[in-house]
Amino acid sequence: MPSLGADMDSGTLLEWFVKPGDEVKRGDIVALVDTSKAEIEVEIFEDGVIDELIVAPGTRVPVGAVLATVGTAGAPPAPAAATPPAPAAATPTAPAPPAPPAPPTAAPPAIAVDGHRVRVSPLARRVAQQLGVDLAAVTGTGFEGAITRADIEHAVAVASPPAPPVPAAPEVAHRQEAMRQAIAVLMARSKREIPHYYLELQIDMSRPLEWLREENLRRPVTKRLLPAALLLSAVAHAVVEMPEMNGFWVDDAFHPGGRVHLGVATSLRSGGLIAPALHDADRMSLEELMAGTQDLVQRARAGRLRSSEMSDPTITVTNLGDRGVDLVHGVIYPPQVALVGFGAVRERPWAVNGLLGVRPVVTATLAADHRASDGHAGGRFLAIIERKLNTPEEL
Amino acid sequence: MTAGVQTTAITYREALREAIREALSSDPRVFLMGEDVGLYGGSFGVSRGLLAEFGPERIRDTPLSESAFVGAGIGAAMAGMRPIVEVMTVNFCLLALDQIMNNAATITHMSGGQFAVPVVIRMTTGAGRQVAAQHSHSLEGWLAHIPGLKLLAPATIADARWMLAPALADPNPVLIFEHGSLYNLKGELDRDHGPVDIDRAAIRRPGSDVTLITYGGTLPAAIAAADQLADAGIDAEVIDLRVLRPLDDETVIQSVARTHRAVTIDEGWRSGSLAAEISARIMEQAFYELDAPVARVCSAEVPMPYPQHLEQAALPQPAKILSEVLRMLGKGSGG
Amino acid sequence: MIVGPDREHGLHLLAQMLRIRRFEEKCVELYSATKIRGFLHLYIGEEAVAVGTIEALLPDDAVVATYREHGHALVRGVPTEALMAEMYGKLEGCSRGRGGSMHLFDAATRFYGGNAIVGGGLPLALGLALADKLEGRERVTACFFGDGAVAEGEFHECMNLAALWSLPVMFFCENNRYAMGTAIERYESETDLALKAASYEMTSWSVDGMDVLAVEAAARKAVAEVRDGSRPCFLELKTYRFRAHSMYDPDLYRTKDEIERYRQHDPIPALQRRLEADGSLSASDIEQIERSVAEEIERAVAFAEAGTLEPVEELERFVYWEGSLA
Repeated sequence: MPSLGADMDSGTLLEWFVKPGDEVKRGDIVALVDTSKAEIEVEIFEDGVIDELIVAPGTRVPVGAVLATVGTAGAPPAPAAATPPAPAAATPTAPAPPAPPAPPTAAPPAIAVDGHRVRVSPLARRVAQQLGVDLAAVTGTGFEGAITRADIEHAVAVASPPAPPVPAAPEVAHRQEAMRQAIAVLMARSKREIPHYYLELQIDMSRPLEWLREENLRRPVTKRLLPAALLLSAVAHAVVEMPEMNGFWVDDAFHPGGRVHLGVATSLRSGGLIAPALHDADRMSLEELMAGTQDLVQRARAGRLRSSEMSDPTITVTNLGDRGVDLVHGVIYPPQVALVGFGAVRERPWAVNGLLGVRPVVTATLAADHRASDGHAGGRFLAIIERKLNTPEEL
Repeated sequence: MTAGVQTTAITYREALREAIREALSSDPRVFLMGEDVGLYGGSFGVSRGLLAEFGPERIRDTPLSESAFVGAGIGAAMAGMRPIVEVMTVNFCLLALDQIMNNAATITHMSGGQFAVPVVIRMTTGAGRQVAAQHSHSLEGWLAHIPGLKLLAPATIADARWMLAPALADPNPVLIFEHGSLYNLKGELDRDHGPVDIDRAAIRRPGSDVTLITYGGTLPAAIAAADQLADAGIDAEVIDLRVLRPLDDETVIQSVARTHRAVTIDEGWRSGSLAAEISARIMEQAFYELDAPVARVCSAEVPMPYPQHLEQAALPQPAKILSEVLRMLGKGSGG
Repeated sequence: MIVGPDREHGLHLLAQMLRIRRFEEKCVELYSATKIRGFLHLYIGEEAVAVGTIEALLPDDAVVATYREHGHALVRGVPTEALMAEMYGKLEGCSRGRGGSMHLFDAATRFYGGNAIVGGGLPLALGLALADKLEGRERVTACFFGDGAVAEGEFHECMNLAALWSLPVMFFCENNRYAMGTAIERYESETDLALKAASYEMTSWSVDGMDVLAVEAAARKAVAEVRDGSRPCFLELKTYRFRAHSMYDPDLYRTKDEIERYRQHDPIPALQRRLEADGSLSASDIEQIERSVAEEIERAVAFAEAGTLEPVEELERFVYWEGSLA
């Protein structure tokens, strides 16, 4: 069946003008076909003898079907030229279908009130999922009463969260929102529940910094140590001697942390704060501590922390010296019991043995949970930190 | 020496004229043709004075034969010229739609990339002047449907002044829509600004609570609405699309990702409008950023009536934008 | 009376017409075999028009054609291989396969396309001519269109504008008496098309489009007037298509007798007889031309068959110009 028009898929053979044995030549009209738009005469493109009429009048066949065979005298019959190859299956190779998308993470269950689906904006639904908020408990105030992001945030603020909310694999774009929310919840809880006491101690940094200078002279540029590493290490080592500062206050009792996982308070460029753990910081060399901190900060800022790093810290250190702050009275990260803060190392007048000199000085502060320790222990703890800093070779 | 910016007070109309004058002066391939662009000075006075300056070969009055002279612009562009064709209004461009759609938009493609069509076609668009149903169309959305065209909508003095040069430099057919209500707009023009891009939308007013997306003649309405919203403590961002094809998705989506709410404002009729297209793209690309459904403020679906009160009721107004925003914030009864 | 051509020119004209005839006959066969799809408008019967008119053009002149333009492209010099590959939709086609039968384009020969909107090419031709006029180039733009286009508003807009602005456009109106299936008497109040053009103050006349020698003579005269006078000219070429409007149609709108009557004026045998009478054509000449044309078409088919399909990844190319312009 020849193609007799752009929109023709099949045709009905109406009439044959030839019969087997008839001689035909190129251009002869051999049949009449109804294309459903019109009746069209079919011409032949070969010279030869009609061998067999395959399609009977009245039959509808697709374009490409063999209508008749034509032979040349003495030669085996060939399909008539009016019969094209099977309808073009020769479409160009299509690109492989994309891999099926990963199944979406489970959404909060659909909630129905009075048989109606509760309206939740897509953003609110996502934020609720990140913060583990039960949508059934949220009242919507948005477009046509829909629950909005603000409604979710409000719900979080009034509720007391069961555990430190760990933004589980938050999406980058909205990490900061979930983060802010987590901080809000956590800090409010800390100030509400933890009876903080605060101590501060100015520490002469001449000796540790001098040691650091000499140490760095022996190191290649890429391995040089920063003062921050000394501060972290001093705390990690001090806490080994003061286990009552290292651990958690849960269910009205102190639970020692056992190992020393130093929470390193890290500010994010997009705003927000996070304090992931440097595991077993007391067993790290200064060099490992440097590398570990750097890695942690980078991953924290890229949103690639492991959940254990979020939940494991046993005590937190915050260093706001880089920001030019002199001293920091921190808020304890519940359920931890202590937080050590450092301000900037600054040159200050310093009296030693009745003589006034200029020394690099840092202010170390301690915010501690009065339920777990008291000021006396806290004072000792700061003193140990000072001692550790003054024996840098042991760090 | 002062390092200050040199500015001049100028109207939108004068800014367009300066741009055409600059193009004619700097490139001998450029010429202007259209109905009454010469002696009359242009139906909207844009080309006044140019005939005396550049002569009848380059400022060509045409018969009322939109198809012939728009097609001639396309042909001349294919032969290396840089024609600026003025179609008096978008309504009359319907008489040249075959040339715009079947020739300008297709020839580069149909020829397998052999022929460029660097023609610029300017036209007045929009309502608001009580000229009734046949002279008040806003058909940008229709034309933006057509692959192969680029569409620009200068809504500011600066864009009126600086969009023409990049449009003429573009190897593709570029349609420029000048909203009739903007010709008398007066403002300061930065003399040293230089050509603008014709790829990106512009944030005309930054804000954090809701994104108002518009173009051309409705930009002033969107700005006015944003000012009123500010009084209500709502910080609206206003995006001027500037380029209606190809659309700058990135600017729109990034804004919605910040504000989580969007209203599109479009003088076209709502059904099948640019507003609908933008709404769909936001849904496709920023669904999980949305804290409310995208709203549209478009013209009423009626041939434009003549009486002023009905015409104004049909057009997107600041009050309507305001109420849509309040409604999506759960603060208004809406309508 | 047209003076007979010299032998060499006569054989050339005959060969050109046969190239079109045989090329299109092959296209019919390939269409039936589904190698060529879409619309296929055949020029069979009208060959003398394209051959005679294009003889009058110089290499630098431009051609704007219609969707029935295989013949014009062939005699204008667009490579036969590239034309057949275009019919196949292959990358090697003259429009990269993107145009197909109705949209043959070739920058090298200034062939500005087959246009599938009746009358749609006329404004383009005006623009090409306007560019030449503004740039001071003495080139002619030849604009082909059928009798059906005369009913379009664009025809009248363009006749007026071309005459008003004295643009060097050569309007070739191929009057095959039918706008698709409607006879000219059924759609025109005035069927003398040259008279319509004359009303726009331009030189215009009609010629027998089945006589290639008459067509060539008239075209040379008209093109010279356009070139020398830098003003448009209109030539109506009365012709007839032997085949359907597009590939196949039931021919309900005309009788077999009518077709048969016009076949008696087939321009190819007509020229053959003329040359034979002049003694400048022998049987071996015919044989040699036919063989050469057959080989040309065979090569073109082989080229198209061997051609490549553009990768689907390139689907959205050429919607906009790639790169920048000077």
